[in-house]
Amino acid sequence: MPYDYRPYAYVPPPGLTAPEPRHKVVIVGAGPIGLAMALELANHGIPSVVADDNNVVSVGSRAICWSKRSLEILDRLGVAQRAVEKGVTWKVGRTFHREAEVFNFDLLPEDGHQMPAFVNLQQYYVEEYLIERAAAEPLIDLRFRNKVVSVSQGGDHAVAEIETPDGPYRLEAEYLIACDGARSSIRGMMGLDFDGELFEERFLIADIEMQGDFPSERWFWFEPTFHPGQSALLHKQPDNIYRIDLQLGWDADPEVEKTPERVIPRIEKVVGHGDFRLDWVSVYTFQCRRLRRFVHDRVIFVGDSAHVVSPFGARGGNGGLQDVDALGWRLAALLQGRAGTKVLDDFNAERVHGTDENILNSTRATRFMTPDDGVERLFRDQVLALAAKAPFARGMVNSGRLSKPCVYPLGNAPDDAGLPEVSRPGAVAPDAPLGNGWLLPSLAGKVTLLALGCAAPTVPGTTPLAPEVTDTLRARYLGSAERALYLIRPDQVVAARWADPAAADVAGEIAKLWRQA
Amino acid sequence: MTLVTTPNLTDADGFYAALLAAHKGRTEAESHALNAQLVLILANHIGDEAVLREALELAKA
Repeated sequence: MPYDYRPYAYVPPPGLTAPEPRHKVVIVGAGPIGLAMALELANHGIPSVVADDNNVVSVGSRAICWSKRSLEILDRLGVAQRAVEKGVTWKVGRTFHREAEVFNFDLLPEDGHQMPAFVNLQQYYVEEYLIERAAAEPLIDLRFRNKVVSVSQGGDHAVAEIETPDGPYRLEAEYLIACDGARSSIRGMMGLDFDGELFEERFLIADIEMQGDFPSERWFWFEPTFHPGQSALLHKQPDNIYRIDLQLGWDADPEVEKTPERVIPRIEKVVGHGDFRLDWVSVYTFQCRRLRRFVHDRVIFVGDSAHVVSPFGARGGNGGLQDVDALGWRLAALLQGRAGTKVLDDFNAERVHGTDENILNSTRATRFMTPDDGVERLFRDQVLALAAKAPFARGMVNSGRLSKPCVYPLGNAPDDAGLPEVSRPGAVAPDAPLGNGWLLPSLAGKVTLLALGCAAPTVPGTTPLAPEVTDTLRARYLGSAERALYLIRPDQVVAARWADPAAADVAGEIAKLWRQA
Repeated sequence: MTLVTTPNLTDADGFYAALLAAHKGRTEAESHALNAQLVLILANHIGDEAVLREALELAKA
């Protein structure tokens, strides 16, 4: 069954009749990133107004691959369980050259994590779940068919002029967060541009509904016989929907290629029959580009409005959720007077770093998949040829390196070389079973002192956690050390760690976290 | 390790001949393909990124 797009109700906003008081935060865009941002801020006690020019969820499946890290973030926002239950869980990717499998990867080869490596779920479901949560959250004021038409800034606030079906009004907020996507109108209004690379390539993207028995894996083909000379990608989604991406070449006419007369024969060749229904078709080009800065005084760009990547690697939506993750706790503390304004510089630096890693990986994958004529094509083809006869070349076959959270460069954070690399400062704390549940949820939303093999010292502003040391905790947090103390941020990122808890200057590290001068 | 730029092959003439023999009878495109595979195979064998960077610089100079 096709997804039932139900419009959400427009309610005339109070600003139409009387000026509204200055809000803490206005979020522009009720896509997955804007909604997640509002819920994350609400978790930290910050109210927000979310304005969206539309009143339905995403048309087409769009972002479908939600990474382990995204699911951990969505868990804090109360929708991960639904997403996992509804979605298609997968962790294995297979890459084929013509008929032969040349490379495969397992994204989560170890047990002891609450969330799977990936869940495929249409963006419209994720938005639907987030909207339900947001609508039930008293701190969130969700306004559909509220279109921002201009943005300006005062010294300590931002102003948005908004159009509604009942006319215009004005919103003021201490901060405005632009979550309005790759074609961000806020970005345009502020005269900001992306830097980076545009690829001259077109892909057809089609969702089809069919009864199939494809396994829950990601399949990628270079030069398949069903689509000679190009590449193709197959993903399984819930409701018997399959996502198929087909490389078309730069000369393809997007309008012509989107017509069923052109799409259906192409899909028939992929799946080997005509027994399917076309659910959604689009033709896309891609870029790997970003804004130079994401924070512009009182306007903050988050998600695709700040950076765009090619889709191979699932680094768009997942990267956006990591922006939300890095911003929420900091902005909340700033607005509550618990942090200095430099926390926004920290957010900017961390997410520019994460974005550059995403752009680097996406650019490399895109270059491998769509090489320029000449020497790029030569090496690409010879890597594929070698992959059939030498194991080393299989790892060079690049059909997308899938989204993982980056390790933030925390520079001078206290660390101990004897402790495991996986839990080093800057990394997301690795999950592990904890009692009847999991470690990560117990680290969410607050500063935690995780003490292993020792007692947690009492430090104001921290929550102690001293679980019994299981084998998994030992492997991921101690290695060969007998004890360790971990300072973990509200976004579950390790801020500092000490193998000698007695020597730990926890209060000093906390002051750095909140940028208290 | 640094890149070896002094003679290192016991039979340099022999290798040179073997290289030419490998290309014999190939079209220019086939020769390019063979060379590309050779570069990738040898780079993997060397493994040392610093050495490979030096090699790239020497070839580009």
